[in-house]
Amino acid sequence: MKLNAKIPEGPLTQKWTSHKFNMKLVNPSNRRKYNVIVVGSGLAGGAAAASLAEQGYNVSCFCYQDSPRRAHSIAAQGGINASKNYQNDGDSVYRLFYDTVKGGDYRAREANVYRLAELSSDIIDQCVANGVPFAREYGGLLANRSFGGAQVSRTFYARGQTGQQLLLGTYSALSRQIGLGKVTMYNRHEMLDLVKVDNHAKGIIVRNMVTGKVTSHAADCVVIATGGYGNVFFLSTNAQGCNVTAAFRAHKQGAGFANPCYTQIHPTCIPVHGDKQSKLTLMSESLRNDGRIWVPKFAEDAAKVRDGMLDPNALSDDKRDYFLERKYPSFGNLAPRDISSRAAKEACDEGRGVASTGLGVFLDFRDAIQRDGKKAIEERYGNLFDMYQCITGDNPYVTPMMIFPAVHYTMGGLWVDYNLESTIPGMFVGGEANFSDHGANRLGASALMQGLSDGYFILPYTVGNYLGEQGVQAAGKITNEHPAFAEAENRVRARIDKLLSINGNESPRSFHKRLGNIIWEYCGMARSEEGLTTAIAKIKELRKDFWSNLRVVGESGNINPELERAGRVADFIEFGELMCRDALMREESCGGHFRIEHQTEEGEALRDDENFTFTGVWEHLGDNVEPRLHKEELIYENVKLATRSYK
Amino acid sequence: MDFTLRIWRQKDSVSRGELVEYKIHDVSEDSSFLEMLDILSENLVEDGKVPMAFDYDCREGICGMCSLTINGIPHGPENGTTACQLHMRHFNDGQTITIEPWRAKPFPVVKDLIVDRSPLDKIIQSGGFITSRAGSATDANTHLINKGTADYAMDAAACIGCGACVAACPNASAMLFTSAKVAHMNSLPQGKPEKHRRALAMVSTMDDEGFGGCTNIGECEAACPKNISLDVIAHLNRDYSIAQVKSFFKPYV
Amino acid sequence: MSLILSFLQSTIGRKSLMALTGFVLVVFVMGHMLGNLQIFLGAEAINAYAYKLHNLLPASALWAVRLFLIACIAVHVWAAVTLTLDNRKARPQNYYKKRVIQATYSSRTMRMSGIILLAFIFFHIAHFTVRSVPSMKYNEPGVISKKLDASNYSIPTEVPLVKKGEAVLKNGQKIMTFNVHDMMIAGFKSKIVSLFYIFATGLLCLHLTHGVSSMFQSLGIRNSFWRIRLDRFALFYGWTVFLGFAIIPIAALAGILTADPSGGLTSHAQILKNEAIAHELYSQELTLR
Repeated sequence: MKLNAKIPEGPLTQKWTSHKFNMKLVNPSNRRKYNVIVVGSGLAGGAAAASLAEQGYNVSCFCYQDSPRRAHSIAAQGGINASKNYQNDGDSVYRLFYDTVKGGDYRAREANVYRLAELSSDIIDQCVANGVPFAREYGGLLANRSFGGAQVSRTFYARGQTGQQLLLGTYSALSRQIGLGKVTMYNRHEMLDLVKVDNHAKGIIVRNMVTGKVTSHAADCVVIATGGYGNVFFLSTNAQGCNVTAAFRAHKQGAGFANPCYTQIHPTCIPVHGDKQSKLTLMSESLRNDGRIWVPKFAEDAAKVRDGMLDPNALSDDKRDYFLERKYPSFGNLAPRDISSRAAKEACDEGRGVASTGLGVFLDFRDAIQRDGKKAIEERYGNLFDMYQCITGDNPYVTPMMIFPAVHYTMGGLWVDYNLESTIPGMFVGGEANFSDHGANRLGASALMQGLSDGYFILPYTVGNYLGEQGVQAAGKITNEHPAFAEAENRVRARIDKLLSINGNESPRSFHKRLGNIIWEYCGMARSEEGLTTAIAKIKELRKDFWSNLRVVGESGNINPELERAGRVADFIEFGELMCRDALMREESCGGHFRIEHQTEEGEALRDDENFTFTGVWEHLGDNVEPRLHKEELIYENVKLATRSYK
Repeated sequence: MDFTLRIWRQKDSVSRGELVEYKIHDVSEDSSFLEMLDILSENLVEDGKVPMAFDYDCREGICGMCSLTINGIPHGPENGTTACQLHMRHFNDGQTITIEPWRAKPFPVVKDLIVDRSPLDKIIQSGGFITSRAGSATDANTHLINKGTADYAMDAAACIGCGACVAACPNASAMLFTSAKVAHMNSLPQGKPEKHRRALAMVSTMDDEGFGGCTNIGECEAACPKNISLDVIAHLNRDYSIAQVKSFFKPYV
Repeated sequence: MSLILSFLQSTIGRKSLMALTGFVLVVFVMGHMLGNLQIFLGAEAINAYAYKLHNLLPASALWAVRLFLIACIAVHVWAAVTLTLDNRKARPQNYYKKRVIQATYSSRTMRMSGIILLAFIFFHIAHFTVRSVPSMKYNEPGVISKKLDASNYSIPTEVPLVKKGEAVLKNGQKIMTFNVHDMMIAGFKSKIVSLFYIFATGLLCLHLTHGVSSMFQSLGIRNSFWRIRLDRFALFYGWTVFLGFAIIPIAALAGILTADPSGGLTSHAQILKNEAIAHELYSQELTLR
């Protein structure tokens, strides 16, 4: 496996422009001869499918939900960044670029990030044209707010449902193409393997989740946009169905997996309540604009609060510790996600945590309500407050909200070059499924931006470039008659049969839970060499146990959620091991990756730029063989590496 | 908390279904409704039985996947709440809870509590979009949209496409779903050029898919987990009638 | 043509037809009610009103109005029936357990109230317009029944048109007109008939409390501001119509309204002339009570 990032020559600001000019084009009348497969229908996949179909390619789009509109992009709440500088507060493409690189703790590829910042404005234009009802000011102009980790107001939003509105925008564009017959949509289909012909990605194997039928689909290239792997933790803010299977199957077929240890822990989730819980719910980070985060200053007060003996409102300010404001005076409650999460964890580790489990901190709107009035707060966060009350039964206007960090986003993913092409030629990866733009930590409101820029503005060019390079004579030549498809189909069927035939005693969910506990314990917010080594051993054991003691009830020729989960958990287990391995390899702390061996005296993350300014890319060598590490050195020509400081 | 659950079991779309009774014990009142069903599923798996299939995904009330009629009300008794956000504290200990799928001709049962909602997608495919090619958009601030209009569009756009409106309507009408999309797009300046075409096409698809008509009784609005107002239906009726009249004089709309 | 067809085929198209025809009927009902209430002003007023209605316009116009109203009812019913059939088809399998969340009783019973009202309209036309309800022989001009009872009650149908107590003369002749006043009182002599009328107007109230607001919704002339106001208006309208109509049979039953075979004449000469008839009628009526 060779890593060639294919970063275009020239100055940073000209790279994308000149690259677009240098790329191969496909004649409009020839485009209908090409077939493109897009797996995933979220912001990246949906937008890519719609845009490629608009250009004239035949697109097949696959999603595991019953409609493309349900992809998990829909759950993003806060907003989407763009360097429009509508607020005249000093924003620019360069500043967005700089903030993203810095926010990612200098572990992202400069050229990609700059392109992302450059395209951010086009995204807003495109979304508005698509009918996304962004928040407006009274004068009719678009409204903005500032969002976690940024000192300018560059975040566009649609109430607390920005992700939903953006996704519905791409969904409607996609639906239009489906209606026109340019996109064939396959709902309730799960990709179970990638098919390569002459080392190029030429198709996928899917299982129809309703009939259980396993089928082959051939195309001239494959776009994977299947989201992140946060569910490896079992409890995360991801949807229940989010999984790593498509990405991991591609990895097994030869796609390098980059930085799997970079996971983002989001600071503002609703604390866990019990062991039967199935998911964690995120409260939008925008709440941190007005809410103040605190824990009791003294552990004994915290204990009383936990037991319900003490009303938190009765604690005077001198008995409260607004720890983010204290530690990071200039950013205060808006400090980046990784930093805020760790600070909350530390407070709880000191025994000052609240919530029944002791794993929670307050997010208090008392002062904001006093300052702006209840009505203003209701206007801004009404739906979030309602959601909180619906879940916890507490009224956040009266009792301070409680939050705790939870896994939210994964910066790692399949390695891609500047064209978003993986190490398998002809396989492109977009959105959260790739590793590219966020480095070791993602800033708030950047995920939607990345998904859409990949889908609307990058993949439509680079996929065309690849197809152009292949030449029109190759278009549509490979069909699923090719023996590689039968072989892959058999592989998939054998695996399904295996899962069904183990007939052990433990359910897939139970294995998933056990895996999640291991990963959260050893590869969560704080990691250590010892812990990670233990974790790898434990996961290996779990894997053995899984393949000998799994019980999947039901059959394969029907809707079978148990079978679906079993397949996904099997991949998560293997992937979890890779993740721990990556975390173990990275002997530094950066962004979402915090190794307790590498911290400053004040407990801040300590990067090792000399030895670790690279992207760690793993090559799969076999089922029981240790994967091989490749390094893509990150070269910073424009940004000077500095210690991230939000003080 | 303990519950008696009567759950609709149906092997596939052609089989006959029936309500099957299950008992469940020691459910935490902080559990969500779907977590309660998870626990039941795990119990069934333990006994070697096939658990009931039901749709779910995000579990935070936004994806619109969950589709349970709980005690005769889509998404259960809590107003403005999806089944996944419904918590067991809203039920009484020992209560019997009947769980059925959405019932409508256009939504055939696929298995147990899972129905096929693709007709909703077809309605969108026929006109629920604003035609705008990627890369051709003008600056986002070109159209000034007053806050009231933006808020109105957002209220309508909040629809999660779950189909509870169809399930709640005695006529299995998809008017609330269709009109929410029409109201969202037709009220925005970007959506104006296709306004008439959109209304005509979406209503025609809606009727063709076999949904019933609206009798203005408001059950859809009451069941809607996003509290989409019946007023959007008035909006669609208006736009549709105007489009019909206009197309009579100008057949090319 | 296909455009009209597609409009008629669409659910919304048929709903708007229902709304438009409903609007005509709603207005008609109010006019009808106000006309009827003139019975409390005495025979003169209501007979004059009836005369005007019949003679102001040529007969063809009267028939045009009648046919228009019948057409409205027909279209209203046709749309309701076809929509109902479509709606039934949309849910082949019912819920085992279904609860109503917020729909009002009136909105859920439109079909029931509509069907009974349709039957009522047939009866009502037979009763008071065609006057062919068996056992009610009030359609034999000038005949006074000797056997007077509730089921067999005849009244003089032709009386002079009266203005300020005097017969109106045209070319020296009295203008004769139908005695609507007594017809109504006679029509309500039967308790069963009166109760049916009260019941039917109750249903009309139910039908209107949903329908009056619903027609604005179907035509799309309603928004969040007007919705609540129109709902209240519909409630008010429905009750007004109910009270306005129901009070007549109630008053007739209660004996507040009494027959006036003179058609409202007050001058002595006319009284004398009609004395015999009046006397007989009054005395028989007294025995009836």
